[in-house]
Amino acid sequence: MQDGQTAIEWIRKNQPDALVSSGEYGGQHWVQIERRALDRVCRELKENAETSYDLLLDVTATHWPDEEEPMEMVYHLYSLERNDRLRIKVRCGDEGPVPSLAGIWRSASWNERETYDMFGILFDGHPDLRRILMPDDYTDFPLRKEFPLYRG
Amino acid sequence: MDSTIQRSEENPDIVTVNMGPSHPATHGVLRLVLKLEGERVRECVPHLGYLHRGMEKIAENRTYLQFIPYTDRMDYLSPLAANVGIALAIENLLGVDVPPRCNAIRVICCELARIGSHMLWLGTHALDLGAATVFFHTFKDREWHYDLVEDLTGARLTTSFTRVGGMLHDVEEKWLGRLSEFIAEMPRRIDDYESLLTKNTIWLQRTQGVGAITGPDAIAFGMTGPSLRAAGVEYDLRKKRPYCGYEKYTFEIPTGSQGDIYDRYLVRIEEMRQSVKILEQVTGDLPDGPVNIDDPKIFLPEKKKVLTSMEELIHQFMIVTEGFECPSGEIYHSTEVPKGELGFYIVSTGGREPYRLRIRSPSFNNLSTLPHLVEGGLVADVVANIASLDPVMGEVDR
Repeated sequence: MQDGQTAIEWIRKNQPDALVSSGEYGGQHWVQIERRALDRVCRELKENAETSYDLLLDVTATHWPDEEEPMEMVYHLYSLERNDRLRIKVRCGDEGPVPSLAGIWRSASWNERETYDMFGILFDGHPDLRRILMPDDYTDFPLRKEFPLYRG
Repeated sequence: MDSTIQRSEENPDIVTVNMGPSHPATHGVLRLVLKLEGERVRECVPHLGYLHRGMEKIAENRTYLQFIPYTDRMDYLSPLAANVGIALAIENLLGVDVPPRCNAIRVICCELARIGSHMLWLGTHALDLGAATVFFHTFKDREWHYDLVEDLTGARLTTSFTRVGGMLHDVEEKWLGRLSEFIAEMPRRIDDYESLLTKNTIWLQRTQGVGAITGPDAIAFGMTGPSLRAAGVEYDLRKKRPYCGYEKYTFEIPTGSQGDIYDRYLVRIEEMRQSVKILEQVTGDLPDGPVNIDDPKIFLPEKKKVLTSMEELIHQFMIVTEGFECPSGEIYHSTEVPKGELGFYIVSTGGREPYRLRIRSPSFNNLSTLPHLVEGGLVADVVANIASLDPVMGEVDR
């Protein structure tokens, strides 16, 4: 079984209205989830014995400025018991908001702060959404595509 | 910046102390704002970003090959391991497999990096707790380790030793001989380190039962590497998802049970022994054959051919000036570096540079447990906790 396949089958069966699309590259499967359903589905993916994703490895985003919903949130989950990874994607507008996963996995807390810091995406229900790498009085979001590498 | 010490107006017993960003025990530029009640830490707020260089942004503006030198500067205590990580991620995106000899050399790189990184951790950790002797021992041996690295790559720190589809160059027999001397001597040196600490009463009092974290908590915080294994969770990518042929070597994954600073110490010490064991096996049975893949679109052709054949000259010119193209797709690939799981998530839309390159840094996630570890404890244990997590700020801030 390739990475993420079991989980995507599980979502298709149990949460069909949350699933937007899915795909595969290099043996790694990804699934796009409806933004509002993200926290509900993730809680299930963590607590359900068939999926049991107990480790949230990473939270990040990709900016696609020409698309209708330019921000693509990317989550990497890992199940220690099943040795299986899953990539979850969520699409949203420039500032989100996206439901925070900090209540499900504590590792989301710092990683979501970094995503906010770099992309300006807001997280609903985050306990402490501040910048983490850039100074507090900084106003830009460096990883957005319109942010230039060189000034002048 | 706030002044160094402030007394709370509502509760005069609470004193806010600023620690860092430049402090000998923060292992780099980490700033902590501590709220203290006497000797007890009531709150700890880490402030990061002093070493933020925007590597993920830089990656979007460099060809794949040009990004490899940046990985040296993430975890600058084990650049060889990060070099291997990025090369594997890009190769996965391309769908390229490297020859067995290349894999074996990469294993040597990873394990040499692990030993070097753990030696620095041990020396500075013990120094932070007042055991200065260990520092002199590990730093003397680290110099030996760095001599080997320098002879192998030409640099102590900025190694950039991997290429996509191969290595900078093959290893020499003479070098392997010197590595074998190092491997043969290391177990005795590790015994020496242990004789100074493992049963040392002061060391035990400072580390046992201090900064403990349970397995489930460590998982929830996204902790990986030796610190997670010290909490009893056997998660090591070398076993779980072998790369570079790790499945061929016999070694064990040490785990702890208490998840305290002492267990983290024991796990890392044992990891050094296991690394030596792996190095013995690799050097004893190094496969023959080519090191690099034979694909002139990705890997630089042999210099001899470049000087005699038009086609190879063109390939060399293209790779050096423009880089190679990657198919569009996305990949997450991670390796077990000395600090934990180092992952690269690369999104390619075709073309010669990544559309997005995300670095999943183990030190960043490990450091996020710090407030959980130190709050409620003594202020002197903050130093012990930072050292036991072994964060490298170059990798935290990227």
